[in-house]
Amino acid sequence: MSFEQFIFYVLAAIAIISGLMMITVKNPVKAALWLVLAFISTAGLWIMAQAEFLGLVLILVYVGAVMVLFLFVVMMLDINMAILKEGFTRYLPIGALAAIAIFALMYMVVGPEHFGLDKIAAPAAKPADYSNTTEIAIPLYTEHAYAFILAAVLLLVGIVAAIALTLRRRPSGTVLYQNIEKQNRTEKSERLEMVKMDAVVEQPAAEDKEEEKK
Amino acid sequence: MNFVIPSFAPAIPEITLLILASLILVADTFWSKRFQNATYYATQASLLVAGYLVLSSFSVEQVFTFNDSFVRDSFADVLKLFTVAITLGIFLFAREYLVQHRFMSGEFFVLGLFGVLGMFVMISANNFITMYLGLEIMSLAMYAMIALRKYDGVAVEAGMKYFVLGALATGMLLYGFSMIYGATGTITFPEMKAVIASGEADGIVLAFGVVFVVIGLAFKMGAVPFHMWMPDVYHGSPTAVTLYLGTAPKLAGFAMVYRLLYEAMPGLVGDWQQLIIIISILSMVIGSIVAIAQDNLKRMLAYSGIGHVGFLLLGVIAATDDGFSAAMFFIIVYAITGVAGFGMITALSRTGFEFDRVADFKGLNAKNPWLALMMLIVMFSMAGIPPFVGFWAKIVVIEEVVKAGFTWIAVIAVITAVISAFYYLRVVKSMYFDKSEIQGPVEIISPALHWGVSFVAILLLALGLLPGSLIDLCYLSI
Repeated sequence: MSFEQFIFYVLAAIAIISGLMMITVKNPVKAALWLVLAFISTAGLWIMAQAEFLGLVLILVYVGAVMVLFLFVVMMLDINMAILKEGFTRYLPIGALAAIAIFALMYMVVGPEHFGLDKIAAPAAKPADYSNTTEIAIPLYTEHAYAFILAAVLLLVGIVAAIALTLRRRPSGTVLYQNIEKQNRTEKSERLEMVKMDAVVEQPAAEDKEEEKK
Repeated sequence: MNFVIPSFAPAIPEITLLILASLILVADTFWSKRFQNATYYATQASLLVAGYLVLSSFSVEQVFTFNDSFVRDSFADVLKLFTVAITLGIFLFAREYLVQHRFMSGEFFVLGLFGVLGMFVMISANNFITMYLGLEIMSLAMYAMIALRKYDGVAVEAGMKYFVLGALATGMLLYGFSMIYGATGTITFPEMKAVIASGEADGIVLAFGVVFVVIGLAFKMGAVPFHMWMPDVYHGSPTAVTLYLGTAPKLAGFAMVYRLLYEAMPGLVGDWQQLIIIISILSMVIGSIVAIAQDNLKRMLAYSGIGHVGFLLLGVIAATDDGFSAAMFFIIVYAITGVAGFGMITALSRTGFEFDRVADFKGLNAKNPWLALMMLIVMFSMAGIPPFVGFWAKIVVIEEVVKAGFTWIAVIAVITAVISAFYYLRVVKSMYFDKSEIQGPVEIISPALHWGVSFVAILLLALGLLPGSLIDLCYLSI
């Protein structure tokens, strides 16, 4: 086993274990932190596959931005984990069965038998000044410009959808705004209303009388 | 680096639609306070412009652009034209419903317009990435539209269900894409076809990928056994959104099936045909039998939609040009019938009254004979009773599947069509022979919708009497 393979297996093991921990752990904050670990080890795997730029972006975007935001949300919402985990043991057997079946199929297909070095040759080593970033950037903005713009449209639709679903405008009339000019211009007649009333003589309550006697 | 700027001309309808939708999105924030209907009219105008642009540059030959990620051919143009026409109808019906149910908002129309853009992208997609992005743009718009009535628990639940299952389906689809990319080394459909035909790609990996792609497609089309979301989502959504969900996206879904299975992977017919046969038969059987038990018309039409997907797949099973042409004719007819059926429910519902139960239609003939007649046409057309166009739609796909040598599937299809006629006719029976439970008259609120319902229903009859030109159009475009 070469040193590279050793690193690969260590990172892969960390990714799998943290993935499993993420779905089994009870505390949502801990789950999010396990997910961060899964992302970091995956980024390591990508860097080993010579996709340095993507590996770094994975850490910057997912770990740095998305997961931090996610942690904020999880901490702010008081999520009751007991309810979330309710069906977990009940559905575990059937879920595990499906997972094992799919894993077995994948193991048969995605292996050295079909993707071995004799089928697909190992890529040639790149020179030291080879830039991953340019290699991604040039096709992204030329060949795949159409897809790039579509991805932007997708994000726009996502923003519109998120705002449309969460913005709660209160119906007009229930929200009170302060209009200072109007307040200053107010006349006495607008605020004060003189009402004629019959004089009412208050009758002292029965209890008070008893107290007086004492 | 020598990069030639691609030709934008074939994509002008999409570009214009995107610009107009974005403008409306911004303008709506100013308009919505003063003019309630401004966004609606602007949306309809944009659709008309997009439709005109497609029609004026109708292309009979295949044109590729954007480095082969976009394809324009007569198949795409015909489907885009019908998408525009059907969406125009959807918005016409939806507006009055939104006003009646007090959630008239510009977002509905803007999201609807973006959804149409997503459908256009899917119809014209020529590689995996654009296909996926188009699908996501369309689906994301639909998830939001379903849950737009935020305080309605049922609608939010429907939106959530659709979102989670849709995300799962997309995951399946992407996994399949990645396998096929791994085996062929290309994402463009024509190249993929060439690589598969050359026999260089690993057959087992391809078959594995195809299984996931077919699962993803079946999920999106709502075919059994991936249909669980359909009844709940159709039932839970506001009817105006059900009208949108159940019609125009089906055309885009069919385009996705055609582009992926027939344009990219015709070499793998042996792999996907078996899967489609199972899915098709199960859809027809479950769609026709379970619908009998439904007392909510939207739920019933959802199961009827599942059954119709089964019929659509008959044309796909044939796996020939003619088979896909028949399926294309079928899906266009189904979309028009869907507009008529869901449009009828949309048009009849009033503030605080959804009018979506079968029981609500009892005694409609006594109250409003014209509407009862229109509903009768819609139900007969869905059941496939001549002379309505639904009959021709069913007959062409059955004909193609028989020609392809699957007579036994055709027999099952006919049996399920007869079973499904039961629940369509039950609606007709309750309209004509039962006593109404509703006090007061049953009327469509706006005269425009009255004309709309009548127009679509009579269109079903007219197309049924003269189906030749539409069938020819579909057979010529593939």
